[in-house]
Amino acid sequence: MNLATVSFAYLRARALNTTLNVLLLALGIATITLLLLATAQLEERMQRDARGIDLVVGAKGSPMQIILSSIYQLDVPTGNISWKQAQELARHRMVKKVIPLALADNYRGFRIVGTNHDYLEHYGGRLAQGRLWKAPLEAVLGAEIAAQSGLAVGATFIGAHGMGGGEGEHMHESYTYRVVGLLAPTGTVVDRVVLTDVASVWAVHADQYDIKDVARVAELLPDDEKELTSLLIQYASPLAVATLPRYINQNSEMQAASPAYETARLFTIIGVGVDVLRGFALVLIIAAGLSVFIALYNALLERRYDLAVMRALGAGPGKLMALMLFEGAMLAGFGAALGLALGHGLTELLGVAFKAAKQVAVTGWVWMNAELWLIVLALGVGIVAALLPAWRAYRTDIAGTLARG
Amino acid sequence: MFDLRNVRHAYDGAEVLKVASWQVEQGSQWLVLGPSGSGKTTLLHILAGILKPTAGSISIAGEGLTALEPAELDRFRGRHIGIVLQRLHLIPSLTVVNNLLLAQYLAGLTQDGARVREVLASLDVADKARAYPHELSFGQAQRVAVARAVVNRPKLLLADEPTSNLDDARCAQAFELLESQARACGATLVIATHDQRVKARMSNRYELKEQP
Repeated sequence: MNLATVSFAYLRARALNTTLNVLLLALGIATITLLLLATAQLEERMQRDARGIDLVVGAKGSPMQIILSSIYQLDVPTGNISWKQAQELARHRMVKKVIPLALADNYRGFRIVGTNHDYLEHYGGRLAQGRLWKAPLEAVLGAEIAAQSGLAVGATFIGAHGMGGGEGEHMHESYTYRVVGLLAPTGTVVDRVVLTDVASVWAVHADQYDIKDVARVAELLPDDEKELTSLLIQYASPLAVATLPRYINQNSEMQAASPAYETARLFTIIGVGVDVLRGFALVLIIAAGLSVFIALYNALLERRYDLAVMRALGAGPGKLMALMLFEGAMLAGFGAALGLALGHGLTELLGVAFKAAKQVAVTGWVWMNAELWLIVLALGVGIVAALLPAWRAYRTDIAGTLARG
Repeated sequence: MFDLRNVRHAYDGAEVLKVASWQVEQGSQWLVLGPSGSGKTTLLHILAGILKPTAGSISIAGEGLTALEPAELDRFRGRHIGIVLQRLHLIPSLTVVNNLLLAQYLAGLTQDGARVREVLASLDVADKARAYPHELSFGQAQRVAVARAVVNRPKLLLADEPTSNLDDARCAQAFELLESQARACGATLVIATHDQRVKARMSNRYELKEQP
């Protein structure tokens, strides 16, 4: 018998009320946990995908669209840029490395990305099986596609025109891709793309030239007809930040977009929604605090004889105060524990059930130190709600109460 | 055992109790008699150390109650005074055993399950150890209340109107219970009552007059 067992006995005696209060608090905590986990993972994932890329250059249009389409493979591209201009830019002294991207088709909703081996190297991709592509129409599959499609090395597939998701897409039936390698998971955007040579994309779309010898498409296609979607650029020097984007925007038909700036802007936009949800969760927690307060205050009134008897049995006023505080803290503790469990469970469910979340690979099985603050917050709410009842318990008038009963 | 001198108590200036002098031997058994409103409960509460009289001095077992610090008084009350209240007031959310263990815990004593079982057995309610108070009959609940009052082997056992709800047979039983339990732990027994049936049971009587 101690304060904890007495508190627990009282909570159990009012099981329904206790359950409701614990649930109310748990819902608030769960919402915040979910937001915390999901946004942190989204942010981390987006930063990982954009790491080391200083600038993305695409066709004129929205810079955010360029970033979304070229780095995250989410939005449609703004258009095409000329290969010749891209070549010129690659020779600029401020440019250290250029990774070309040619986007046009998809395989079962996963994008076919025409690029070079630098792209894979940039994201630290490793082969799990097979080899890298050497010729046009050879493809290497990202880990997620490999797992979902079940395609093995040596299998063939046909690309569909467009960025995926549309019904009745035009199939490029005259061109068959052959899988030559499968990638190990990287935890980046690479897991969700089909990688091939830029020339594959040229070959599939150069209908009017009717190129039979696909292996030589790069030679046979006139340079003026060669196009790319965008370029991922690494600066040669930090000074490039100040000059290169302006140079590109003013002197070419291309548009430069900064991943750092655009993702930050994106998070400010998402952030409004997150803040609204977080505010809502805080309202839930405050409501839970009020409810705990009402429950404890009613309990105090119901229990005034018990408290007086406890004093008569030798309990000091501090002990009764501690009893009420303990009860508030215990309610909050249960609420926090259930809320965290629920939050993690919901996050995992979100990751499994929703495709968009699946692309970000959201999981509930991670612990964040910020959750400690949630526990502190919950316990704080429980204790604050118990303060007035605790004070009233402290002031229990033993003889007066017992004389009335 | 205890010694009351010039003890007076007033609520809002109206005097409800006046005890000029009352000395009692350790182990003796007393009835406090008087009509309702004569201050029996007030006197009992003062003896129990849960009410500080407006004036006067009380010493129990050599300890000057009025001079004790509040925390010392709490400890003294828990260890040396057992009280059986008229409405019993067992803690409803705790089992019988836990009600008794709570009395040991709140008095700051080690929790002794063997002692708890022994007391429950001596009051013939050992089989109700795991029951909750609402599952007990009044008679059983009263036995448990007595058990809770004596579990810490108090020096002074107080009972407020223990027979007011009982028929003649049970009234006698309740008295025997209190007398035998007080004797078993060598406690001084003080029973406050206005029940005319029990007047003759004890030779030691302290009569309170109705206050004008």
